[in-house]
Amino acid sequence: MQLVLEKRAERSGTIALVSPLIAIGLTILTMVILFAILGKNPLLALHAYFIAPLTDGYSLQEIAVKATPLVMIAIGLSLCYLANAWNIGAEGQFLIGAVAGSWIAVRTQGTDAGAWVLPAMLVLAAAAGALYALIPAICKVKFGASEILTSLMLVYVADLFLDYLVRGPWRDPHGFNFPTTAEFDPVATVPLLIEGGRLHLGSIIALLVVAAAAILLARTIKGFEIRVVGAAPRAARFGGFNANQLVILTFAVSGALAGLAGVIEVAGPVGHLQPGISPGYGFTAIIVAFLGRLNPLGILIAGLFLALTFIGGEQAQIAMKIPLDVTKVFQGILLFYVLACDSLILYRFKLVFPNRQVTRGAG
Amino acid sequence: MRKSFLALAAGLLLAGSVDAASAADKLKVGFIYLGPIGDLGWTYQHDLARQALVKELGDKIETTYLENVPEGPDAERSIEQLVRAGNKLIFTTSFGYMDPTLKVAKKYPNVHFEHATGYKRNPNMSTYSARWYQGRYIQGLIAAKMSKSGVLGYIGSFPIPEVVSGINATMLAAQTINPNIKVKIIWANTWFDPGKEADAAKALIDQGADVIMQHTDSPAAMQIASERGKLAFGQDSEMIKFGPKTQLTSILDTWGPYYIERVKAELAGTWKSEDSWGGLDSHMFAMAPYTNMPDEVKKMAEDAQAAITAGKLHPFKCPIVGQDGKPVECKGGDHLDDGQILGMNFYVKGIDDKLPGK
Repeated sequence: MQLVLEKRAERSGTIALVSPLIAIGLTILTMVILFAILGKNPLLALHAYFIAPLTDGYSLQEIAVKATPLVMIAIGLSLCYLANAWNIGAEGQFLIGAVAGSWIAVRTQGTDAGAWVLPAMLVLAAAAGALYALIPAICKVKFGASEILTSLMLVYVADLFLDYLVRGPWRDPHGFNFPTTAEFDPVATVPLLIEGGRLHLGSIIALLVVAAAAILLARTIKGFEIRVVGAAPRAARFGGFNANQLVILTFAVSGALAGLAGVIEVAGPVGHLQPGISPGYGFTAIIVAFLGRLNPLGILIAGLFLALTFIGGEQAQIAMKIPLDVTKVFQGILLFYVLACDSLILYRFKLVFPNRQVTRGAG
Repeated sequence: MRKSFLALAAGLLLAGSVDAASAADKLKVGFIYLGPIGDLGWTYQHDLARQALVKELGDKIETTYLENVPEGPDAERSIEQLVRAGNKLIFTTSFGYMDPTLKVAKKYPNVHFEHATGYKRNPNMSTYSARWYQGRYIQGLIAAKMSKSGVLGYIGSFPIPEVVSGINATMLAAQTINPNIKVKIIWANTWFDPGKEADAAKALIDQGADVIMQHTDSPAAMQIASERGKLAFGQDSEMIKFGPKTQLTSILDTWGPYYIERVKAELAGTWKSEDSWGGLDSHMFAMAPYTNMPDEVKKMAEDAQAAITAGKLHPFKCPIVGQDGKPVECKGGDHLDDGQILGMNFYVKGIDDKLPGK
């Protein structure tokens, strides 16, 4: 007797829906075992991870703050991925957006610039992110260069460029040589939604982006085009859809969203430009996009869920002295199960009995 | 079955809250760590000090730490999480936590904060640091004696005054032994990244350096120096097990006494916002045993240590000439004053390198 994976005749719709739930269930089961091995009470640990952060306003705010950049970037990435364009460099577009927006903040520092500063920063950041994303897109369309490689490599370029700026020309003159710009003026700062909290306008922008993407994909011809080009390239060609044009478009949109997320992060929670503004948001957003099944609403939920694991992980560290590494293991296990369960959409388990097959073959 | 499970769950949760209640009488002390506890350097030493604190006052306090907290937007949240978990005294143990600590301190005036190596204070936020430049001076003397090539290799982290003053103290000392001594400096732009630190050590050795010193936190450079048969100084902690034939000495961060003193003050209700900058005399740091050197070099190092501890020798004794050849203004009488050292933003003469950003 033997267990084999057999390709399904067609995608299983039911499994596609329940697969993330199975994945989360399996993750929790694995974590319970892991906590037990570590000698921690699994119920209390799960409570610290998943329940405690949801029970007070402060943690809810923090979850929203953490999820904001993830969701914005992931929405853009999902458009690319749906259209079969593989933008891996959102991290770089995030950083370039942050740099471009900061340029206005740094140049207007200490002058009595008006309320135009922040809107200008947002627009410039989105434009810069889009332009930066266009480099790999154009290289792909014109020269057939792999956009996966080029977009990824441009991440390091952006990282070093930011590094150069804050160590050189933009360094805070009163910052004792520490690599950071001076704190942005209030007009260059994203307004807070709740006095004394950390929730900022960026979270609202992220929600608007989710809504816009949902409408784009479900209700517009462009959205239909994106999905057809990704799912059935040949059919799309016969339908007269231009795949190259879509690569350019989706890259530009996802670059713009990543750039916007970048400037919102520096002008919001950080308050100045410095290296390390992103703990890998551009890469984590790839996980968020797939966890959310490239669906805008799904991405919103996935972004919030991943943010919850960050905040919960911290609370578990405080409340139960569970090491930070466990949180990382947890995120890894989750991704592993999501991918594993996804294979069940296209495949199914089947028990094979070799003996019987032989007899059948003989008959 | 299901009922018994629920009962079990309720029981466990209740048990947890009872625990919390009994702990509520104890003073909660929180720590924010930059690296993992296992970095065997900076964070490791802070955690050793925390353990010493628990050993001394464990019946009156409860400690909590968050490790691997990046010096970015997450730091503010992590510090606030500690406040919200009921910690009344919080040590934030890296320079980059300065602004986040200040933000949270202003928001919670009834909680006390201790920020390591920064310069911004508040009525509820102290700063503390050590005069490591004293140890660097001793290392400079040893390095100049032990180097055959006359080239020292220095792995810098960030070009902030603390690091720059360490390089200057090293060179001022080395020049008293060998006026032509050279130093090669590589900025790793990180406090903790064993891979980068190892690469920097290799590059320095390839450029002819035979004594490696570092202002980064891992023992990676010590291991490379050991592999290549060179000499090196440890940093933050005792690193001799990574280079038994390599380590000359190491500047050991000994935060334990300070932490105990500050927590005692908090318990007694006498905690005040202060700026503590202790040196060898107040045991804010210590030197590891002098090893892998001839007896006469060892004696010279011990004499210098005694003289600095007694206040007879100041590493930044005037006159000091800057890299541009002009003498540096001497604000502290016969030596540079604390403000000049804390804001040090220049190289002394003889350093053949450009200070980044200058």
